[in-house]
Amino acid sequence: MSRIRIPPMLRGDVGGAREVPAEGDTVRELLFDLMGRFPSLRPQLVEDDEIAPFVNVYLEGEDVRTLEGLETSVDDGSTVILLPAMAGGF
Amino acid sequence: MPNYRELLQQVKSEIDEVDVTQARGLLDAPGRPLVVDVRELDEWTEGRIPGAIHIPRGNLESRIEQAAPDRAQSIFLYCAAGNRSAFAAKSLEELGYENVVSLAGGYTDWKRSGLPTELPRTLDGEKRQRYSRHVLIPEVGEEGQLKLLDSRVLLLGAGGLGSPSALYLAAAGVGRLGIVDDDKVDASNLQRQVLHSTSRLGEWKAESAKRTLEELNPDVEVVPYIERLTSENVERILADGWDVIIDGADNFPTRYLINDAAVWHDIPLVHGSIYRFEGQATVFKPGDGPCYRCLFPQPPPPELAPSCAEGGVLGVLPGIVGSLQASEALKLCLGIGEPLVGRLLLFDALATEFSEVNLRRDPNCPVCGDSPTITEYVDYVEFCSGRPAHA
Repeated sequence: MSRIRIPPMLRGDVGGAREVPAEGDTVRELLFDLMGRFPSLRPQLVEDDEIAPFVNVYLEGEDVRTLEGLETSVDDGSTVILLPAMAGGF
Repeated sequence: MPNYRELLQQVKSEIDEVDVTQARGLLDAPGRPLVVDVRELDEWTEGRIPGAIHIPRGNLESRIEQAAPDRAQSIFLYCAAGNRSAFAAKSLEELGYENVVSLAGGYTDWKRSGLPTELPRTLDGEKRQRYSRHVLIPEVGEEGQLKLLDSRVLLLGAGGLGSPSALYLAAAGVGRLGIVDDDKVDASNLQRQVLHSTSRLGEWKAESAKRTLEELNPDVEVVPYIERLTSENVERILADGWDVIIDGADNFPTRYLINDAAVWHDIPLVHGSIYRFEGQATVFKPGDGPCYRCLFPQPPPPELAPSCAEGGVLGVLPGIVGSLQASEALKLCLGIGEPLVGRLLLFDALATEFSEVNLRRDPNCPVCGDSPTITEYVDYVEFCSGRPAHA
């Protein structure tokens, strides 16, 4: 079991939770577990079976694109942070 | 008990002294020692040996470790005549410094021999008082404060993030602040945009900001740009010369535009963004870390990117994130500390939690990568609309 931190703009899709547990041995399995339970997240996280270019996924503080992308293996108890771009300044 | 003269003789016999000729050789040679002027402030302000730093004799023991953390560092001390610096050399040896010399005859002999001197720039009495809490910090000091007064920071937006940034930068004495904002003060802004006030409703934010900031600190020149940053005006605005840019924009087209401009002009960009209870900050420093496009190659489709106007924001949140941006900008102007380069700081006000993720430069980045494919301004509104961009 790992924990996925949900950014504020996506919390509406997961019933308001700040963090959601998910199962999986790779980033792909974790995200698909999450999106299986909260299908409205899918277009906001993946595009053409890849992590969407406007979202970053961090595993223990490292961008998974700099690791092995969706195939990056995940240790039990890891923290994953989803980070979509935010424009707000005003 | 020895009298003063006897004590001086004894100390001089225990330290290494050089005369002006030897001193000249020492200071011209490679591996130049750290030159420390131990005289009082009024003497220092009347002229010094070029490149010297100033630590008055009375503060020497407490401040020398900051200037010379390594005990093996060569240190060259001087005062007016070579007596105070002799005692200073003795104190440094007692502190464990191994390579300390004192200039016999001091600055008086140096100057009489026709060797080069320079007049240090100093803060006048009023500025010394205004910035005294900066001057007291070893990492800032008088030189740092003079640097801030010479610094020029451009702020995109005089809104939530721009308000605290601009206030603190002005208070800190950053000499020139540019403010780009094409909006007017609205009642719904005042819950967080502390640059403005109820009496300014309907005024241009850039003008309102100028009034507030110049009232706070008349040393600061505020340049208002009452316009939205676009591909057409960005070069003109940057031509006014800026050392650091603070991005407090509220939309993606402006964020991509200023990113590209900052990369091409080699200007550090201090990024901040906020939404509801959460904020992010980082520094994009060209050549020394990623840029915004490395982090987000593409903006989200508009329907997935709510703005603060739609999603709301806790009033104090921009206060925290904007202050972090000001702190990063001051560090960049001063050249001190570890700026947030290659690190994205995340703040969650509800949990009161800071976390950090690592950012890396993308060698394939279309703007700052090894083989850039975007080399001129594009249509940023179109690029962010989800339709294919030109470039």
